[in-house]
Amino acid sequence: MQISVEVVFKALADPTRRGIFERLTRDGEQTVHALTQAGSVSQPMVSKHLAALKRARLVRDRRRGRETHYRAQPEALSPLFDWMTHYATFWKGRFDRLEDLLKRMDP
Amino acid sequence: MTTATRSLVIEREMPHPPEQVWRALTEGPLIKEWLMDNDFQPVVGHSFQFRSTPVPNWNGIIDSQVIVVEPNKKLSYSWGSLGLESVVVWTLVATEGGTLLRMEQSGFRADQEAAYKGANYGWQNFIGGLERVVSGLE
Repeated sequence: MQISVEVVFKALADPTRRGIFERLTRDGEQTVHALTQAGSVSQPMVSKHLAALKRARLVRDRRRGRETHYRAQPEALSPLFDWMTHYATFWKGRFDRLEDLLKRMDP
Repeated sequence: MTTATRSLVIEREMPHPPEQVWRALTEGPLIKEWLMDNDFQPVVGHSFQFRSTPVPNWNGIIDSQVIVVEPNKKLSYSWGSLGLESVVVWTLVATEGGTLLRMEQSGFRADQEAAYKGANYGWQNFIGGLERVVSGLE
């Protein structure tokens, strides 16, 4: 199932969440513990942010022993690119129609 | 990081004078012919809607507000749809053969009314960050 662009936008709207996502993208898989140590946010808050990122499919988790490991799923960003592509197609079509209209407006 | 990567730009030269292109961009019945039904008025601050045929999961409505009106030169309005807000800027430049028309849609960001933390976060910054993330993949 495709996640809507709105869900992805909202998940990344929060600067802390975006920071976590960027860190996972840059540094690879991390535990909640490691992510908490790296930032200034409490562990329950980090877990909450990770849950929001997971709902948007921006991260995946896997349990190993007592720790849950998270990693980024950058392909989840694709709805954003789809959305931009949608508008590119939309405006090109409208430009064509505008050109037709301008021709008809000529005396 | 350039502006182009953070926004959508379409440019086309039209063999018609800016005054004529301006009419097509700012007169409601003319806008309807090429873009969408609307209650647009070329008045800064005017709130209006573009209305198209509803489709599944979309009511067909774009909520907008006029931001800039510089006759025959520049027109800008916000473009809110599905809880996402962006800004559309039209620029008209007179050329020898007519008008160079440029459309830029940018500043994709979450709707101000969406009640969640970080709603005011600039989407341009976000797209910039996104670009870094994506280039990091390669």
